[in-house]
Amino acid sequence: MATATPAGAGSPHGGDAAPPGPPEEQELSRRLTPLPRSWSPKDKYNYIGLSQGNLRVHYKGHGKNHKDAASVRATHPIPAACGIYYFEVKIVTQCLGMCGWQLGWDKHSYGYHGDDGHSFCSSGTGQPYGPTFTTGDVIGCCVNLINNTCFYTKNGHSLGKFVFLPSQSNLYPTVGLQTPGEIVDANFGQQPFVFDIEDYMREWRAKIQSTIKRFPIGDRLGEWQAMLQNMVSSYLVHHGYCSTATAFARVTDTTIQEEQTSIKNRQRIQKLVLAGRVGEAIEATQQLYPGLLEHNPNLLFMLKCRQFVEMVNGTDSEVRCFSARSPRSQDSYPGSPSLSPRHGSSNSHLHSTGADSPTCSNGVMSTKSKQSHSKYPTLSSSSSSSSSSSPSSVNYSESNSTDSTKSQQHSSTSNQETREYYDALFLGTKLSHYTDAFGSHDSEMEMEAEHYPNGVLENSSTRIMNGTYKHEEILQTDESSMEDSCPQRQLCGGNHAATERMIQFGRELQILSEQLCREYGKNTMHKKMLQDAFSLLAYSDPWNCPVGQQLDPIQREPVCAALNSAILESQNLPKQPPLMLALGQASECLRLMARVGLGSCSFARVDDYLH
Amino acid sequence: MLLYLLQQETSSTELRTECAVVLGSLAMGTENNVKSLLDCHIIPALLQGLLSPDLKFIEACLRCLRTIFISPVTPEDLLYTDATVISHLMALLSRSRYTQEYICQIFSHCCKGPDHQTILFNHGAVQNIAHLLVSTSYKVRMQALKCFSVLAFENPQVSMTLVNVSVDGELLPQIFVKMLQRDKPIEMQLTSAKCLTSMCRAGAIRTDDPCIVLKTLPCLVRMCSKDRLLEERVEGAETLAYLIETDVELQRMASITDHLIVMLADYFKYPSSVSAITDIKRLDHDLKHAHELRQAAFKLYASLGANDEDIRKKIIETENMMDRIVNGLSESSIKVRLAAVRCLHSLSRSVQQLRTSFQDHAVWKPLMKVLQNAPNEILVVASSTLCNLLLEFSPSKEPILESGAIELLCSLTQSENLALRVNGIWALMNMAFQAEQKIKSDILRGLSTEQLFQLLSDSDVNVLMKTLGLLRNLLSTRPHIDHIMSTHGKQIMQAVTLILEGEHNIEVKEQTLCILANIADGTTAKELIMTNDDILQKIKYYMSHSNAKLQLAAMFCISNLIWNEEEGSQERQDKLRDMGVVDILHKLSQSSDPNLCDKAKTALQQYLA
Repeated sequence: MATATPAGAGSPHGGDAAPPGPPEEQELSRRLTPLPRSWSPKDKYNYIGLSQGNLRVHYKGHGKNHKDAASVRATHPIPAACGIYYFEVKIVTQCLGMCGWQLGWDKHSYGYHGDDGHSFCSSGTGQPYGPTFTTGDVIGCCVNLINNTCFYTKNGHSLGKFVFLPSQSNLYPTVGLQTPGEIVDANFGQQPFVFDIEDYMREWRAKIQSTIKRFPIGDRLGEWQAMLQNMVSSYLVHHGYCSTATAFARVTDTTIQEEQTSIKNRQRIQKLVLAGRVGEAIEATQQLYPGLLEHNPNLLFMLKCRQFVEMVNGTDSEVRCFSARSPRSQDSYPGSPSLSPRHGSSNSHLHSTGADSPTCSNGVMSTKSKQSHSKYPTLSSSSSSSSSSSPSSVNYSESNSTDSTKSQQHSSTSNQETREYYDALFLGTKLSHYTDAFGSHDSEMEMEAEHYPNGVLENSSTRIMNGTYKHEEILQTDESSMEDSCPQRQLCGGNHAATERMIQFGRELQILSEQLCREYGKNTMHKKMLQDAFSLLAYSDPWNCPVGQQLDPIQREPVCAALNSAILESQNLPKQPPLMLALGQASECLRLMARVGLGSCSFARVDDYLH
Repeated sequence: MLLYLLQQETSSTELRTECAVVLGSLAMGTENNVKSLLDCHIIPALLQGLLSPDLKFIEACLRCLRTIFISPVTPEDLLYTDATVISHLMALLSRSRYTQEYICQIFSHCCKGPDHQTILFNHGAVQNIAHLLVSTSYKVRMQALKCFSVLAFENPQVSMTLVNVSVDGELLPQIFVKMLQRDKPIEMQLTSAKCLTSMCRAGAIRTDDPCIVLKTLPCLVRMCSKDRLLEERVEGAETLAYLIETDVELQRMASITDHLIVMLADYFKYPSSVSAITDIKRLDHDLKHAHELRQAAFKLYASLGANDEDIRKKIIETENMMDRIVNGLSESSIKVRLAAVRCLHSLSRSVQQLRTSFQDHAVWKPLMKVLQNAPNEILVVASSTLCNLLLEFSPSKEPILESGAIELLCSLTQSENLALRVNGIWALMNMAFQAEQKIKSDILRGLSTEQLFQLLSDSDVNVLMKTLGLLRNLLSTRPHIDHIMSTHGKQIMQAVTLILEGEHNIEVKEQTLCILANIADGTTAKELIMTNDDILQKIKYYMSHSNAKLQLAAMFCISNLIWNEEEGSQERQDKLRDMGVVDILHKLSQSSDPNLCDKAKTALQQYLA
């Protein structure tokens, strides 16, 4: 049972409740800050014997005087970042002498002794604390690292807290025995606790969340609101949600820094990338932003690699033109973009013209957005507008969105949403863990070292935007049904000419790589990227091979984000929207808190505020 | 004018609604506003308005009614003048979340005492309100919860019903436990703890149920902590005192939880010296709650120390505890005095404390003071405490006697109040135990024979038992027996005869026979029995009674009468043999009861010698 992670990962102490975070996050936090989960066979006196998975402690000394007292401590210290830590010990057989236990080791140690009920604090003289305890009693110890207090429990009853001094040295769960035959069993969360620690944690979670909620913002009239609006607006602009941004600006009476056309251009390029038509995207970029890609050879190389992957996929225009199949049917298969949160789930909207699919205009009417409409109205609009890749449809959507009532509705909802986002700035999360988790198995992202926080946040934010897991499940069922309709996925859409073009392109890519190598020196990331891309050809079914996940449309997103940032940078605009920056700062702040041992960070999670 | 408009059926509902809203705003003002509204008979007018079909209008009327009823100047009884009102309100509960909130609030403010509880209960309050506990609106949930806390308070009928009610497949106790969770608002935690407490005291939930032991009790202890508001601390302590009052296990658990005993000592630190200097507003606030805090702490200490000697010791060892109690006994507030006496009473059950700290702090002095001219409720507890202080091992006994306790106690025995009569005679009984002759005479004189007989014919068996106990204590050691019997012999023998002939339970008869045995132990007093054939026949009768206790008591009499070494024993033995006592003794010596058997054998030996 994955329980003893107690407060650290915010997972339950009780044992049977479901862990709140994604499993990889828990796994990760466990690795970074291991929690004490058993007694250490190394850090113990000789008189101490361990058994039952290093949870049972028995005394095998003489027990004649105080010098014969022996103790054992846990394998790890209590990590400060866990916020609240709790463990219990059951007295299995009669203890006559000092049947105490301590936190820590000699100096800075705290203990509660069973023979007299006294508590000890860094010294040999105890003070009256609680009742005595004996066979059958379950004694618990709770350390609260948020306010530096500690309390013991007896048979599920809290005996009263006391303050301890935050010490330099780590605190270890410890138990000491002195009588022959004495046995105690520890419970580090492997079993349900007698004391209701879950309830105690609930109280602290509520406390910290209300502190956050009531955090004074020192508002000078209107400034706050203006800032929030700015954040929303810049976010919309950054991602090229042009019509929404304009509508928002109109309603909130703000101005947009970037020119309309510039936004539209970026939007167009992004849509091309996300639709897998990377070749066209490169062309458009070269045309609209001459010199940009020339100055960014790394970016260009990444784009080209992606283009190659899309050729394999059969989505890139260079191979698509060979395809005998109708665009529509072809569109429906390539890698089912529904998986990508940025895309609409209804693939049929891809590549369709505005006239063909008037519904894609603002997305509010598309099937997918209907699903999410109640919760994320603005986002659904953006997702479907980005899924329509042809310029004409973009135009259409803009004209449509000038409809005032609709845009009113939009801006108000989006405003609301930003509030939520905004709250998030001061809150915290384990978002970092998330990102780590992504990073660990995503080579493309690792390559993008300097963009790391960006890519990561993109990922998590889009995930959030598109709503709950449940929602994703819905989308996935869509996807599977879609796949059923076109069972045979073939290399380059199964077209010979296309395949040849692809191989040709691969050679060009190889040459580009070599050229870059000569000019800028060896680049292992490039090499890896190229290798991965080419590996696709080594399998008969690239979609179901070890490197097949490259074909997943979700992998277009980091490329798209990198390109977008590069364009913005070239226009002297921030390469990241302030909203994302703030979110990143909040997460980083929490990470820092955890590092310096501020326990409250474990109860503040950015995720809690991003619905 | 507004009222007139409100009542006009002809005015439009919009207008009438506005009227109700304005009246509601007026009621929000000072108490005088409410008073004048009441004088204009606003309540019947608003109740009339509830019959309207328009929901908005009903809500406005209810809001106004709510504001008026929660005012302290409004008599609650106004709600119950017309029986149809309650059932109509119950019906309106389903209309909207506002009607739910206001009606629940009206009920919880107007439900005072068992009569009101019964009325609401009989109108189906439990069923109608239960489902509101899971309402989506916090206000509705909270008001419904408050309703239950007042409905169930000290009401076994309601409490027993609540345990079995379920909402959405969940039993009410489970719902209450969820409301106890530590992240819920304090108000909600406290109120649901009160509900569970009432249910536990009514016997609807066992005292060892985890929801009491691991949820309710710890929650209430938390309510006593320094972090809580003064009001919450008062309510928390009072509720906890009630919860653990009669259960020693709960008392033990509470005593070790979160250093409760030490925590309660803080209740006496208001107004604190800091607040006096820094903040007038705070001082005012502290002063207002100071009495309440002190009495709540005393009550809780009283409950904590009710049964367990170790807990009592811990309480008394708390800083300045005895001084605080002594001070509390002379406070102007009756509530504090009463609570202080209760606390003292609880602690006075400890033999060790009676001998030590009670003596060191001369607790008897303020206690005797409390007993002068105090209201009955204080007198009951104070006299009960006095009983303990008069126990023979108590060093306070002497000074109490000297300060005129006999007179006071004798007057208590004439009280209308049963508890006071019992305590009075009980204290006298304790006083007479192994007392010197003078005290005994003083008691007899103070009580007067008439009063003694009055008490012996008291309808309450407790009074009778304690009076007999007093007689028995008076009639001990030979010189005292002879002395008293020489002065009051006739009356006492009459009384004994009367009781032995009357319809009384075994304990009373046994006690009476013991008195006879004591009389038989006297030197001259013996003759009073020997010359009374009626009594002798009765003793003989009880020797063969079916109850062993009575047989044994009768044997004591016989054995005292025939004891050899005393003057005239031969004649007494003869007389009794003639009565056939010896035959009975022989029979009893074969008894299977070892006590009876032994006693009979010893008696027979007296004949042999």
